[in-house]
Amino acid sequence: MRRITLRIGELLAVLLVVSFGVFAMVTLMPGDPAVAILGEGHPKHEYAELRDQMGLNDPLLTRYWDWLSGAVRGDLGTSLVPPQGDVTERILGALPVSVELAVLGLLIALVLAIPLALWSAAHAGGTIDRMISATMFATLSIPSFLAGLLLIMIFANGLGWFPRAQWVRLSESIPGNVHHALLPAIVIAMMELALFTRILRNDLIVTLSEDYILAARAKGMPPWRIMIGDALRPSSFSLVTLMGISLGRLIGSTVIVEYLFALPGMGSMIVTSANQGDFPLVQGAVLVIALVYVVVNAGIDLSYGYLDPRTRRVHA
Amino acid sequence: MNQDNDLVLEVRDVRTTFLTPRGPVRAVDGVSMSLRAGETLGIVGESGSGKSVLGRTVMGLVSNSPTTTVTGECLIDGRDVHTLKPNQRRQLWGPEVAMVFQDPMTSLNPVKRVGRHITEALRLHLGVGKKEAHDRAVELLRQVSIPEPVRRMTQYPHELSGGMRQRVVIAMALACDPKLLIADEPTTALDVTVQKQILDLLASLATERNMATILISHDLGAVEGRTDRVAVMYAGRTVETSRTSRVFNNPVHPYADALLASIPRIADDPHTVLRAIDGSPPNMLNPPDGCRFAPRCRFAVDRCREESPELRDLADGTDDTHLGACHFPLLPARQEVG
Repeated sequence: MRRITLRIGELLAVLLVVSFGVFAMVTLMPGDPAVAILGEGHPKHEYAELRDQMGLNDPLLTRYWDWLSGAVRGDLGTSLVPPQGDVTERILGALPVSVELAVLGLLIALVLAIPLALWSAAHAGGTIDRMISATMFATLSIPSFLAGLLLIMIFANGLGWFPRAQWVRLSESIPGNVHHALLPAIVIAMMELALFTRILRNDLIVTLSEDYILAARAKGMPPWRIMIGDALRPSSFSLVTLMGISLGRLIGSTVIVEYLFALPGMGSMIVTSANQGDFPLVQGAVLVIALVYVVVNAGIDLSYGYLDPRTRRVHA
Repeated sequence: MNQDNDLVLEVRDVRTTFLTPRGPVRAVDGVSMSLRAGETLGIVGESGSGKSVLGRTVMGLVSNSPTTTVTGECLIDGRDVHTLKPNQRRQLWGPEVAMVFQDPMTSLNPVKRVGRHITEALRLHLGVGKKEAHDRAVELLRQVSIPEPVRRMTQYPHELSGGMRQRVVIAMALACDPKLLIADEPTTALDVTVQKQILDLLASLATERNMATILISHDLGAVEGRTDRVAVMYAGRTVETSRTSRVFNNPVHPYADALLASIPRIADDPHTVLRAIDGSPPNMLNPPDGCRFAPRCRFAVDRCREESPELRDLADGTDDTHLGACHFPLLPARQEVG
C-alpha cells in the first residue's frame, strides 16, 4: 500500500514538472494571442486591453497557477481561434481517435511481431530468419506517407475494401469504426513492426542460451512450448518498454497518417492549432499527451513485476 | 551392484566435434562406456576435458546439427539417441534419462514457480491431470527433503537458497522416474556445507530407485566412495577407468596419478604444499600428436609424443578390468588397499 502511495506521489511530481514545462514552452512560442483572436489591423490599445483581460500581463507563475488550477478541474480554457470551443471538449473529441489508432496499430504490430520473432530466434541464422529481418528492414525504410499512400491506392481506391477520408466513432458503430481505423492502423503498425520484431528476436536469442532453457529441453519439452512457455516472458522486457514509449509517442505524432486518411486526431489538431497560435489548445493537448505518457509508463513499470517476480518487492 | 545383463546405457566410440569458425574442436574423441541399473559411474577430469559435453552427448542433448558432428553410438535402453527423430528423443528425456545441471541459480526459470518446473514434465510425459501432477510434485519435493513442500510449490526460484534450488532441480529430473540420471557437476556451484548433503541425497535416491547414475565432477572427493566405477578423462578421451577403489588406490595413468596426488588429504601434515599438475590442458583446436598428456607428463619419452596409446586392460590377473591409455603404465605403483 505504501508503495502504491509513493508511486502515485512520484507520478504527480512528474506531472507537475511536465505541466510547467509545457506551459512555459508554449508561452515562449512566437506570436501574440491577442492578434490571434482579433486578427490584424486593430489599434494597439485594443490588443493591450485584451492581453490585460486575458491576464497575459501577469507574472508567469500566476498565469501557470491559474491554468493549472483550471486544468485540475478539467477546464483547459477556451480555444482562441474560431470555432472558439472549449479546449477540453476539443481534446476529448480528438483523443479517442489517436488512442484508438495507436493502440490498434501497436496491437497489430505486436500480434505479428511475436510469432515472427519467435520463429526467427528459434531458427537464428537460418534462411527464414534472414528473410524476415531483410523484409523488416525494408518495411522500416519505407516512409510512412509512402506506405500509407500505397495502401490507400491498393486497398481503398483500387480494391475498394476500405473507406478513405472518413471516420466513424466507436460509439456510433463498432464494426464501422474498426473498418475505418484498420487501414491507418496498419500503416502505423508497419512502422513499429520491424523494431518490435528485431528487439524481441535479439532478446530471445540471449534467453535461449540460458541454462534453464537447456534444462527445459532436457525434460523433453517440445521446442514450441519452450519458446512460448520458457523463453518469451523473460525476453519481453525491452519490448514492453519500447511499447510504452511507442504508445505515448504515437498519440501525438501520427500526424502524417491522420492527414493521409483525414482523421480528426490529436496530431493534426496540434499542428493546426500551433500554426494558428491557438495557445490554450496546444497547451491542453500537450498536457494530455504528457499525462497519457506518464500513466502508460507507470503501468509499464508495474508490469515488470509481473514479467519478473524477482523485481517484486517482498515488503509490499 | 546389479549383476544382470541389463545395460541402461551403452556408449561406443562416441566423438563430438564442434565446428567453430576457427576450426573443428573435438570435445569428445572416442569414448566408450556402459552402465547397468543401479550402477554409479564417476567421470572426472579438469575443466575442458570434455566431461560435460560427453554427458550431454550421451543423452542426445548435444546431437548432430549444422555446427556439431556426433559419431559413434549412444544406446539408452537399446535405442541409439542419435539416430532417433527429435520427437522420439524427447520422449526419452524424462522417463529414460534426465540431467541435473551444475548451477541451480541458472537452471531454474526465474519467472516460473517451483511447482510448474516439476508438474509440466509430469503432465507431458505421464499425461496426468493437474491435481495429480501437483500431488506427485509435492511428494517429489518431500523425497528430496525440502521442508514445507506444499508452500514451496507456489514460490519462485529466487525465494529459495542454492541448496534448496538444487534439490528442486533434482526433483525435476526425477519426476518421470528416469532409469539413468546424469549429474553434471551437481555441487560445484554450492556452498561446501551443502555439497555433501546433495551428493548423499543423489546417492540415496539412486539406490532407492535402482537408477543408474553418471556423476560428472572435477572434485575427486565427490566421486570417491559414492561411485562404483570411475572414468578419468583428459582432452576428450578416457585415459583410465576401473572400479573406483582401484583407480584411487592404484592409478595406472600418470595423469590420474597426478590428479589424485593434487587432492589435499586430512592425513597430510599441516602446511603441506599442494601438488599441482604443471602446464595446462591442450588446445582442442589443435591437440598434440601421440598421447595428449605427454607435454605435461614427467615420464614422457619420444614414443609418447608420436604414438597415441590405446585404452587397454592393465589389470594384472584380477577379475576386474582396469583400463588405461598409457605406453608406460604405473604398474604396480602401489598395492590396492581395501
